[in-house]
Amino acid sequence: MKQAIKIGWIGGVVAVLLSLIGMVEAFSQRDIIAHVISMGHTLLLIVAFLMSYLSAKRTTAEKSLTLLTHGVCTGFWVAGLLVLLVVIGSLVNLRKVFINASPLLYNLLTFGQEKGIGLLMLLVLGSWIGLLGGLFYLSPMILRRILLISLGSIIGAGVLQDLLRPTIALWGPLAIINEWLYTANGLTLQGALGLFILITTCLMFWHKKGKNLQSGFRQLPPAPQRILKGFGFLILVFILFILPQVLGLFLSEVFTIVGLYVLLGLGLNIVVGYAGLLDLGYVAFFAIGSYTVAVLTSPELGFFNLSFWQALPFAVLFGIISGVLLGIPVLKMRGDYLAIATLGFGEIIRILVLSDFLRPWLGGAQGIGKIPKARIFGFEFSGPEQIYYLILAGCLLVAFVSLRLRDSRLGRAWMAMREDEDVAQAMGINLVATKLLAFATGAGFSAISGAIFATKLSSVYPHSFNVMISINILCVIIVGGMGSIPGVIVGAAALVGLPELLREFAEYRLFVYGAVLVAMMLLKPEGLWPEAVHRREFHEDEEKEPDQPEGN
Amino acid sequence: MVLLEIENVHTYYGHIHALKGVSLDVERGEIVTLIGANGAGKSTMLKTTSGLLKPRLGSIRLEGEELTRYRPHEIVAKGVVQVPEGRRIFGRLTVRENLEMGAFAITDRHQIESNLERVFNLFPRLRERQKQLGGTLSGGEQQMLATGRALMANPSVLLMDEPSMGLAPVLVDIIFATIRQLHADGTTILLVEQNARMALQVASRGYVLQSGSIVLRDKAESLRQNEMVRKAYLGET
Repeated sequence: MKQAIKIGWIGGVVAVLLSLIGMVEAFSQRDIIAHVISMGHTLLLIVAFLMSYLSAKRTTAEKSLTLLTHGVCTGFWVAGLLVLLVVIGSLVNLRKVFINASPLLYNLLTFGQEKGIGLLMLLVLGSWIGLLGGLFYLSPMILRRILLISLGSIIGAGVLQDLLRPTIALWGPLAIINEWLYTANGLTLQGALGLFILITTCLMFWHKKGKNLQSGFRQLPPAPQRILKGFGFLILVFILFILPQVLGLFLSEVFTIVGLYVLLGLGLNIVVGYAGLLDLGYVAFFAIGSYTVAVLTSPELGFFNLSFWQALPFAVLFGIISGVLLGIPVLKMRGDYLAIATLGFGEIIRILVLSDFLRPWLGGAQGIGKIPKARIFGFEFSGPEQIYYLILAGCLLVAFVSLRLRDSRLGRAWMAMREDEDVAQAMGINLVATKLLAFATGAGFSAISGAIFATKLSSVYPHSFNVMISINILCVIIVGGMGSIPGVIVGAAALVGLPELLREFAEYRLFVYGAVLVAMMLLKPEGLWPEAVHRREFHEDEEKEPDQPEGN
Repeated sequence: MVLLEIENVHTYYGHIHALKGVSLDVERGEIVTLIGANGAGKSTMLKTTSGLLKPRLGSIRLEGEELTRYRPHEIVAKGVVQVPEGRRIFGRLTVRENLEMGAFAITDRHQIESNLERVFNLFPRLRERQKQLGGTLSGGEQQMLATGRALMANPSVLLMDEPSMGLAPVLVDIIFATIRQLHADGTTILLVEQNARMALQVASRGYVLQSGSIVLRDKAESLRQNEMVRKAYLGET
């Protein structure tokens, strides 16, 4: 019981904090389901639910009744702290310190009722949610998964309504979905229920038949298997190909940004993930790629006036050369020292570009404009919907090269070097060449990304290439899972794509970003989609007992 | 016939004169041991031989070919392979992956396969555990793995740095038994050891290193009888 109250305390503090920083109030502007539940309430609900689930999970009690009591107790405690907030708030003026502790917030917390009744409702509701959290823990794994996914999708559909609505509107006759699913603010009740039933049925069906389908597929002779796989691949390519047409301008733009980060991430993944060289100046190669294309193509400077395709090889070449040039002085450095030295390199490039000395060639702080768009057979990669294809091609190429490199002799040398430099050398691995090749390959990939970035924006400025980009890319590969190619894609989608989608909540972006990173490091330190070798390190115990049930 | 010949080698760590003109030679098929106290320069000697440290003066020759001008990975390809001090296996790779990494210098697949077979025959324990992670092995097994990994590179001279370090006495016996086995197979070994008693039992000749200089060189048998060796390194009175 002590444990349950402790978790209740944590949850309560989180809930109060979320209220005091104004998140609950800001989010309550929007309904998830119109006139039923707002985003702000959903946020608190999730906190209480998660905490009571945790408390039911952590308890040592065997009986389900005591277990449920623990859940209820935690839920009650979370609500209790919110009640305390309202009570204190109505006695003392908290707004002097917490400007968000407004009457509106208290009104929200008491569900617009009179204080006494509202607070009672809050407590009762908290306990109920606690009970549900406990029940959720007791329910079978498969039910939990189905509920989690379908409720998650409803919340997702509600949160992203401003993006989904205009996107669905593009689909011609299908636009009618909008009327059924959405009101001006939030999902309709029948829409939410329909969505819930639809997803639940699909998942149930998959659960029942999925295994049969999979084993049926495996029993097929190799030839049809290959055909089916090829078919699946074709469908995937087709989906990727029509995506911008389906998604519209804004989402295509988000995809291009994510794609650029995937390109950058795949490059840094070689340096950090494969070769284990912590490079914090990675943005430098991105800048070099961008500026090479800018200088070679922009009529504003008028030196060369090449086309994008003529400039691209030079961008990659300069990227590779600068990768080697950076690599040579830091050959003997390891770990922290390498990180600091490369950090310096990234800044040197930015400061050089900013300098008055190079202004006639690189444009100084004003940057370089009028960079022409790439064209191929009369098709111009002008807007996000077209540049998407350029980036998609780049990502596919780089992902393919990464995959082949990983399984190559060079990939094995990188792996040995990452694990232990001295021993790698004692195995007959040429450290100098291996390191320089890692820097050069990573830099080359980054330069491709930079080149596309330049033509995408039509202009380059020194300020686009600050150290935060390096840090972001590093976060992408850490969150995705070091050394893993799908990990980079997932990481970029999560860390770059989601914040873009949630732009309207920009105020809380960094807060959520930080919270997610901390949670990740605690719960899934090997990344969202880890590479085999890293997964082993963090889950040695599980490997010995593969039947161990998963926590969630 | 002399296989590895080290002549008047001087190695420095910055200003510290770690090896002050060491000369020694190893004949083909022989086990030679280098014994000495902590900090005498034993590991420095091995690191200089495998190219991880550059001598300021002196020459190291393998079958008459000067090694000091080569870089470490080239020296491995020439056939001088080190079993590093403290084992240093790749803890996150499986036993088999560790061994395959040892064969990095070899490009012929059939050669790698037959080397793997040889190592598994020498250490049946490793065959049993080939799918296990290196880091989960016991100390003795890790030493076997480190030795096997070095053997994967087809060494003509095996440099072993303190193979008995940190192992329980019973495991030390096993490790020395495998050294004897390697010797019987015809492997040439330069063995650096603090455990002078065991080292002098397997070696045919020995050198005693003190503060960077060789102070004694003799047949292992005679060194065991030597008054000074008995007092300083065998702990007898």
